[in-house]
Amino acid sequence: MKARRTIGKWLVTLAVLHGIVVCAGFFAPYDPGEQDRKSPYLPPMRLHLLDSRGNLHARPFVYSLKLRDGSYGQYEEDTAEPHPLKFFLRGSHYRLLGFLPGQTHFFAAENARIYLLGTDAYGRDQLSRLLFGGQVSLLAGLLGAGITLLIGLCIGAVAGYYRGWTDSLLMRLAELFLALPWLYLLFAIRAFLPLAVSPLKAFFLIIAVIGMVGWARPARLVRGVVLSAKERDFVRAARGFGATNAYLLRRHILPETSSVLLTQAAILIPQYVLAEMTLSFLGLGVPEPVPSWGNLLSSLQQYSVLVSYWWMYLPALAMAPFFLGYLGLAGSLQERGEAYKIETRSLGNLA
Amino acid sequence: MRYLLRRVGHALFLLAGVSMLAFLFTSLAPGTYFDEMRLNPQIAPETVAALRAQYGVDKPLPVRYLSWLSSALHGEMGFSFAYNSSVAPLLLVRARNTLVLTITSTLLAWAIALPLGIWSAERLGRLPDRLLSWGTAILLVIPDLALALGLLVFAVRTGWFPTGGMASVDFETLSPLNRLRDLASHMILPVMALVFSSLPLLIRHVRAAVADVLNAPFLLAAVGHGIPRRTLLYRYALPAAANPLISLFGFSIGVLLSGSLLIEVVMSWPGLGPLLLESILARDLYVVIGGVLFSTLFLVGGNFLADLLLYWADPRIRTESGTR
Repeated sequence: MKARRTIGKWLVTLAVLHGIVVCAGFFAPYDPGEQDRKSPYLPPMRLHLLDSRGNLHARPFVYSLKLRDGSYGQYEEDTAEPHPLKFFLRGSHYRLLGFLPGQTHFFAAENARIYLLGTDAYGRDQLSRLLFGGQVSLLAGLLGAGITLLIGLCIGAVAGYYRGWTDSLLMRLAELFLALPWLYLLFAIRAFLPLAVSPLKAFFLIIAVIGMVGWARPARLVRGVVLSAKERDFVRAARGFGATNAYLLRRHILPETSSVLLTQAAILIPQYVLAEMTLSFLGLGVPEPVPSWGNLLSSLQQYSVLVSYWWMYLPALAMAPFFLGYLGLAGSLQERGEAYKIETRSLGNLA
Repeated sequence: MRYLLRRVGHALFLLAGVSMLAFLFTSLAPGTYFDEMRLNPQIAPETVAALRAQYGVDKPLPVRYLSWLSSALHGEMGFSFAYNSSVAPLLLVRARNTLVLTITSTLLAWAIALPLGIWSAERLGRLPDRLLSWGTAILLVIPDLALALGLLVFAVRTGWFPTGGMASVDFETLSPLNRLRDLASHMILPVMALVFSSLPLLIRHVRAAVADVLNAPFLLAAVGHGIPRRTLLYRYALPAAANPLISLFGFSIGVLLSGSLLIEVVMSWPGLGPLLLESILARDLYVVIGGVLFSTLFLVGGNFLADLLLYWADPRIRTESGTR
């Protein structure tokens, strides 16, 4: 009972986090490609409540930044005029989920631009890029995990159900895939695919690569479940009544694997988001100008950025809450699985 | 003995399988190292064709695999087009650097995780244990990439550690002792990143394994006999909990290898990682295959080491292989 409540808690947390990213157009103050060409590498603006004269404002505000006199690339706050934060302002156009047109933004400032996470080398708002980048990275993780689980389910089911030489062949192959450190495997497969491609193609390429890499572990787990499910009494009874293999698999055996698959999904998704990040960070993934969590960080490979523009690092911390959510979900799913196992075992003893 | 032979056979099977798999993937690769040459007007098409023929790029897959296999048996592992030399010596230097990094971090991570995990298991459910669990959870949700970059930003801003490479410019002129010190100071940052990234997993497993054993009747009996706490934990509980941990040791090497690939690139440590990335971008296929094989070799080696440890630690395995 307790496990079920914690699962619900984590699911709600994850839904909220994903909702923010899905509605990036609404929550981001600007378009991710929009350039403010006069202000590259603007440091994050601070939210104030007290202005320079010591007056308290009810509404948080920012000061816009100006170049410090006689310096290049050094900004200071222009305390002449505070720009209060306004909610639900109209701004640039966007399309929610790719089709719902909208113009209202969660927050912005009137007559000034507001950069809560600073800007990048091209004067683009890092916060907006972070939110839109999440769409790419999370979608890659979700689809990649979907592909992996599908492959794992098919291979595991076939191996576990039909046994014999198919089983040993497939399981040897799985051992090979498990014998490689997975990041090396990812790199190796990526190495043999085209390098310079359009962002959309690159995105699907990466999903395919990431999805192909991890099938071995879910396949082994599914095989284990299928092996035991096959010998359960109700499955034998159904076979005795003349059920076909396809019917048995679809109706009685594969539903048994759902708990394993769910747990695996909660483990795989963050891992795959990280894989996308790694590939894009190294320039093997989704290329500019499309933002992704990985290529947002890739400017940090330059020493000068590392030294002078520390706020370029801030996007790296953005995925921590997502990872926490998935980790918690995986943990409580596993707990539930174990509780369930213990329950059925004790029931079996009674009978 | 039979057990060990079986493990060696298994390791060889894995290596052969991975090399075949790698070659299978190369056949999917569009383009070769020589493709860019074709665009260069200063290189005649005949030259490119001759080079392709010389390196056997056009031959069918099985032929290429067999010739690569024979070159691997001669200790060459194919030819690097970009470096114009055989692959093995290139990789050996890099692999050594990767090993220096991973072995140090594996040992360090386990040296920290064992006492911490045992300490935590002893206080299961109490405040220190819960604090540590939260600490490991926080470390666990910070991705490797963020951790490595964060350490790098920190090091650059404080200037406390050297940030990149594995030796100072004047390394050759230093005395042996100072060389060692120089190497150590360059290792601090990558080792820190690797240890932090693998630590939470290890601590959690050690804690779970020891906590399991601590409830066992034989330990309660030992407590009743008045055996001192330290002896109890390290001489009685730890060996009983060792089996899953030794398997985890083999597994942790794989995790560390994957982690070090990324961290080497981020921190410009001259290991296998940067070379692999470079050769992927240059389509230097044999180096890619070699790098992947070396990483497999390490992982298989680590697992073999774990098997050996298991053989040594668990008498059940020894007797089982004797009777069978």
